[in-house]
Amino acid sequence: MSVARFWRKQINRYNIVGTHCKTCDTHYYPPRNVCPKCRRDGDIEAYKFAGPGNVVTYTIIHTAAEGFEMQAPYALAIIELDEGPRFTSQVVCDPKEVSIGMRVKPVFRKLGESGDKGMIYYGTKYVPDNDRN
Amino acid sequence: MRDVAIIGVKNTNFGEMWDRSFRDIVVEAGVGAIEDSGISGEKLDGMYVGNMSGGQFVEQEHIGALIADYSGLSLDLHIPSTRVEAACASGGLAFRQAVMAVASGHEDLVMAAGVEKMTDVSSTAASAALAAAADREWEGIMGATFPGLYAMIAKMHMHQYGTTSEQLAAVAVKNHQNGSMNPIAQYKNRITIDNVLNSIMVADPLHIFDCSPITDGASALVLAPADIAHEYTDTPIYVKATAQASDTIALHDRRDITTLDASVSAGKRAYEMAKMTPADIDLVEVHDCFTIAEICAIEDLGFVKKGLGGKMTEDGETAIGGKIPVNTSGGLKSCGHPVGATGIKQLVEVTQQLRGDSGPRQVDGAEVGMTHNVGGSGATAVVNILSRKR
Amino acid sequence: MSVGIVSYGAYIPKFRIKVEDIARVWGDDADILSAGLMVYEKSVPDLDEDTATIAVEAARSAVSRHNIDAKRIGAVYTGSESHPYAVKPTSTIVAEAIEATPALTAADFEFACKAGTAAMQACMGLVGSGMVDLGMAIGADVSQGAPGDALEYTAAAGGVSFIIGNKESEMIAVIEDTFSFTTDTPDFWRREGMPYPEHGGRFTGEPGYFKHVTGAANGLMEKMGTKPSDYDYAVFHQPNGKFPSRVAKMLGFTKEQIKPGLVVPWLGNTYSGSCMMGIAATLDQAKPGDRIFATAFGSGAGGDAFSFRVTDKIDEVRDAAPKVQELLKDPVYMDYAMYAKHKGKIRLA
Ligand SMILES: [Zn+2]
Repeated sequence: MSVARFWRKQINRYNIVGTHCKTCDTHYYPPRNVCPKCRRDGDIEAYKFAGPGNVVTYTIIHTAAEGFEMQAPYALAIIELDEGPRFTSQVVCDPKEVSIGMRVKPVFRKLGESGDKGMIYYGTKYVPDNDRN
Repeated sequence: MRDVAIIGVKNTNFGEMWDRSFRDIVVEAGVGAIEDSGISGEKLDGMYVGNMSGGQFVEQEHIGALIADYSGLSLDLHIPSTRVEAACASGGLAFRQAVMAVASGHEDLVMAAGVEKMTDVSSTAASAALAAAADREWEGIMGATFPGLYAMIAKMHMHQYGTTSEQLAAVAVKNHQNGSMNPIAQYKNRITIDNVLNSIMVADPLHIFDCSPITDGASALVLAPADIAHEYTDTPIYVKATAQASDTIALHDRRDITTLDASVSAGKRAYEMAKMTPADIDLVEVHDCFTIAEICAIEDLGFVKKGLGGKMTEDGETAIGGKIPVNTSGGLKSCGHPVGATGIKQLVEVTQQLRGDSGPRQVDGAEVGMTHNVGGSGATAVVNILSRKR
Repeated sequence: MSVGIVSYGAYIPKFRIKVEDIARVWGDDADILSAGLMVYEKSVPDLDEDTATIAVEAARSAVSRHNIDAKRIGAVYTGSESHPYAVKPTSTIVAEAIEATPALTAADFEFACKAGTAAMQACMGLVGSGMVDLGMAIGADVSQGAPGDALEYTAAAGGVSFIIGNKESEMIAVIEDTFSFTTDTPDFWRREGMPYPEHGGRFTGEPGYFKHVTGAANGLMEKMGTKPSDYDYAVFHQPNGKFPSRVAKMLGFTKEQIKPGLVVPWLGNTYSGSCMMGIAATLDQAKPGDRIFATAFGSGAGGDAFSFRVTDKIDEVRDAAPKVQELLKDPVYMDYAMYAKHKGKIRLA
């Protein structure tokens, strides 16, 4: 991913910052600038989520995506934030630990890098919230 | 709107075609379809070509013009040629564009084609190109792969409905059985449940034998207004419905992880358009990019109640001779999945079945067939219904 | 104006490798090594952890421990010898991640193992002069030891963040004074572009560590008119367990005084985080009124000595973030092969 393309959404990745539609009180993460429910009647504002959530579903990826080879096998999950929205993230732990419905909390990690010379991309991943499982 | 008929079809062989280029295979399919239709190429009013990612697979955009040129339809004739893209649903969408062009009366004889040349890049690069059908900024960046996304659907399906790995494997076994009877299929070998379960894990619970392969291939067909179709062929196959639907680009935003609402919606529209129900369909080619995708598809298209697709497959009801034969071509799994061509290949298969031309894999008495082509993890779906009767 | 620690936070990756697992690869005697170094295992970063991610986790822990409004932080300085970029600050990543941007100054520090305490001193100057309201000083490292080198047994990963302020009412520990002792002594270095550091072997001891730690420690006690028995606790840079124990004895501190802050045996040397980790572990159990003496050492070389007096506030904030001993609990052990993968010693291309 190009430098500018990553940087543009950096604040949404460093912290779980999405959007909220004041018209229908729906939260969005990843952020949306148009509320799909209200469309032009929507009133969108930035919204910082608390962070914790649940695993909706997951997989253990053995054949890694390009750039993720060193991490294989890794757990990829759809996570539902306590405020409602769902998004895709890695759950960083022993893959055997992951289960549907488990509580997870955010951590700050490297998302990737553009080879040895390029940018390092940082952002949020998830880990099991062992105090709440 | 005018009724539309298919008057000619052609699939190239599907597989790893090391000695043949992108333009070689698409020209073979196009010329073959024209020959099959009995028309002359210069009579074409337009071409619609499904292609997912010429840019990434062969570093070639402007696919429409390239194909018209190398088919000999540019020089002097200047026949309009349009590329259509919706990831793996590109072929199905190209067909829909072509049907609408003829139905509207704007064009008469129209070609719909699909092509993908996937083996000119490394399998890592091919996987990266395919991953671009998902949400690059919010799925791909986290390490999501296509098998990974469908694996999350499978995991949920197993969790919610008790679907088993054996039931997933049964899809692959059945499709290889069908593919073994299809001369163009990439894999003509039969496999067993154990072969699937003992193959390497790609993205839990999907093994490599749960996944469709990387394939080179092209398919093409020729459409004509139904009123004049008999001038070209004794067995025109009529387009009873062509429907398309969209859903969220990312899997995580779906209403229900195990339902492809785009498939449900396109299916409903198609049934309405054709004034038919699932009971009227004699065979269906569904988008089995992964075994779980076929299970979701037969549920979403109304052939079985949600959650029972695995059992239905395991019980043999989707085999040739079963209640509703699914993927007689071998599907994406066994016949191969040249992504831009797949949607057209499905239509070629159903056309040949309805003509009664399918040899050992022929579905007896097939009158009505359906095709179901999906883009990404379900953000686009195209459903078409074809019939022997107008 | 008095200055002090307003909050602190530590972070330690969950992975460990035992000295015996490293020794097995190189044919060394683990028992002799462990006894000599007084180090039994060391922390290892996850595949997606580096100095920046560790610094952010430590910084967030410090912010949440005392419920700090990050916008008040006017300076973020991150000390490390393993910044992920040669050029491009780690501190901007931290500042953005804790949402302290954009009204602040930030820079990265490097002074081998004492870059974090040098950052503390810079923050003391800024808040003491009133230039900024709060300053954040971080020491974090994913330090590298060349395969087979003695450093490989101890080079660990971890980080600590201190928030320094000038309002006595919110300080958990007043920094009574600081003193530094610096010379140009090439006992350890890493050249630009090189993956692993070089060191002077035994030269790192006497003319390096011991000269500068005692120089700084004695200098501070002389300046303040204090003596070891005035302190409840003492912390010294801990590249291994042996050096801080010996230097404590040389200076006249007891084993009991250094015990709470001696975290190296089960953690390894967290370099820029090393002395600060000891201070954090001591704050984790100090009582109001306790005095803590600390001296960091950085190769190259210098010592930074500090004298802290713990305030009543400590009881209010201490339990609001993970303590060092909690971070050390329940580690996940790995063998040398996984360790090599985690440390980038296996390269795919
Ligand atoms: Zn709304």
